[in-house]
Amino acid sequence: MTSDAPRGVDAPPELVQLLTPEGERVEHPDYDIELTDEEVRSLYRDLVLVRRIDLEAVALQRQGELGIWASLLGQEAAQIGSGRALTDADMAFPTYREHGVAWCRDVDPVRLLGLFRGVNHGGWDPAEHNFHLYTIVIGSQTLHAVGYAMGIQRDGAEAATIAYFGDGATSQGDVNESFIWASVFNAPVVFFCQNNQWAISEPLEKQSKIPLYKRASGFGFPGVRVDGNDVFACLAVTRKALQNAREGQGPTLIEAFTYRMGAHTTSDDPTRYRVADELEAWKLKDPIERLKAYLFKNQLADQEFFDKVDAEADALGKDVRRRCLELPDPEPEALFQHVYAAQHSLLDEERDQYLTYLAGFER
Amino acid sequence: MTTLTLAKALNEGLRRSMEDDSKVLVMGEDVGKLGGVFRVTDGLQKDFGEDRVIDTPLAESGIIGTAIGLALRGYRPVCEIQFDGFVFPAVNQIITQLAKMPLRSLGALKLPVVVRIPCGGGIGAVEHHSESPEAYFTHTAGLRVVACSNPADGYSMIQEAIRADDPIIFFEPKRRYWDKSEVDLTATGLPLDQARVARPGADITLLAYGPMVKTCLEAAAAAAEDGRDIEVIDLRSLNPLDMGMVAESVKRTGRCVVVHEAPVFTGYGAELAARITEQCFYHLESPVLRVGGFSTPYPPSRLEEYYLPDLDRVLDTVDRAFAY
Repeated sequence: MTSDAPRGVDAPPELVQLLTPEGERVEHPDYDIELTDEEVRSLYRDLVLVRRIDLEAVALQRQGELGIWASLLGQEAAQIGSGRALTDADMAFPTYREHGVAWCRDVDPVRLLGLFRGVNHGGWDPAEHNFHLYTIVIGSQTLHAVGYAMGIQRDGAEAATIAYFGDGATSQGDVNESFIWASVFNAPVVFFCQNNQWAISEPLEKQSKIPLYKRASGFGFPGVRVDGNDVFACLAVTRKALQNAREGQGPTLIEAFTYRMGAHTTSDDPTRYRVADELEAWKLKDPIERLKAYLFKNQLADQEFFDKVDAEADALGKDVRRRCLELPDPEPEALFQHVYAAQHSLLDEERDQYLTYLAGFER
Repeated sequence: MTTLTLAKALNEGLRRSMEDDSKVLVMGEDVGKLGGVFRVTDGLQKDFGEDRVIDTPLAESGIIGTAIGLALRGYRPVCEIQFDGFVFPAVNQIITQLAKMPLRSLGALKLPVVVRIPCGGGIGAVEHHSESPEAYFTHTAGLRVVACSNPADGYSMIQEAIRADDPIIFFEPKRRYWDKSEVDLTATGLPLDQARVARPGADITLLAYGPMVKTCLEAAAAAAEDGRDIEVIDLRSLNPLDMGMVAESVKRTGRCVVVHEAPVFTGYGAELAARITEQCFYHLESPVLRVGGFSTPYPPSRLEEYYLPDLDRVLDTVDRAFAY
């Protein structure tokens, strides 16, 4: 990265890329991918649909229907590429921005909205989707992914875990401890860092003096930097890292080099800390546009296909909105539910007293 | 009946749990070959292997964080935090993750993780080896907090804790590790959330847990010589609290003193005093009094005998209760 060019515009030389921003397919000595035309179209559809869900969620927040939303805008390829690399048996541990991975794991988007609307703190069954709950304290989930991977080892199962986190999280003790644990126990885990260049207002330079993927070597496992806006490369690199993990070759750190095109969350105002040029430069690397260009150039899809996907996205947006607005507010009794697995006398007492108190208003 | 130290009783309890359930794991610093710095896990790695008795890297957050992951995969990890003062690097994982996941998942997830913490002072140790951090954890919804005080309870409570589906902070009074008593290895102990009358009495109720139970029993024995009949209740479970037994006792005796090593100010005794005042108000002959640590950091070991509640301070407070 040079000091006078906008951030990340000069692609770092060590970047694994299979699809250029112009939609040209390129070769890489270590990574390749073979996809049927249908699979490529399917990836395009995923990218468009998750962007649409994200757009709808931002709109819902602006209209007061969500308390907050963490947009994935710009990171669709990193999430769909890595998410589609997972097998059913693999387990994903997300941050709070992995809406694209959630999509790949068949988690109903409305479940995600429920959290941001405030009807619950999560509310899907992680075991049903092999997609853990969103984790808000930065980096905490990386240790859970390693522990789960240690369980896979003990079960002798053919599976791996993937831990998602951002560039800011790499400064957290938990992330560094998870690297150590994964390394010494040779745990089947893939660390998938979406380096979107910004941790709210803090640029990458506040987190690291070296490229993030190079951190891995200090912990004793491989690190690779992939073009995070290239869905082919993200899929290929993650697939290989997961396979290595499943085969007992231990962890890999993947740094998906991407860009947070929106604000950190809907509460954030990026105009206070970054220049507009940067966003404009990254728009030229848009993950969806490059795949669209590839599909067009190679005559893998026609206008009818793109129109159909757009129509499907609009219908999905409408459906997500409708069902979000229909989410019932929880009853006051929900305060006391699921705090413990087993009966708890103090909680029973507080619930009974409070419900009696509330009932007094209804007389 | 077998005579065991508390450390050995806990060891036997762990062993039995590991025999009963192959998903039970032990993990922590030095718990394997060494058997733990207090030898509570002695011999377990030899018998159950390195996959089930895991010597971990020296990072407490890592211990709890990976235990959570193992629990999500269906295991029942028992984590050892080497000393009370070393739990703080793990507090984020305990409070924001371990305690909250069942609610976050609307009950889909269970986190059967036991966090064993040797607690309290009295062993002449350096800083961070003698603390009583229970109130930090009793204040956290989603955790159960228990403290054993003697070998028989140690043996049964650790097994109950491992069987439970909720995360449990399990305090072990380190200066009592070497105390011996009779343990029935075939007995099933009390349910984990029940208190126990350690000594029946009619004149005043002493409430204690962990290391202070023995101190209170000694105080009661001394007071008996002066004709004062003290009841000692070993709370065993701090969250939830067996308030039924506490209230029954205090209503009967009319007086109550709470004893713990932790600082009195906003300590666990404050909650007890408030609840007893509310539920036993018309039965009280005097306010609930507290004996405990001062509002200072835990002192250097040459001062700890002044800091820790002992028989004399307990009886002095009992006298004050009767002076009202």
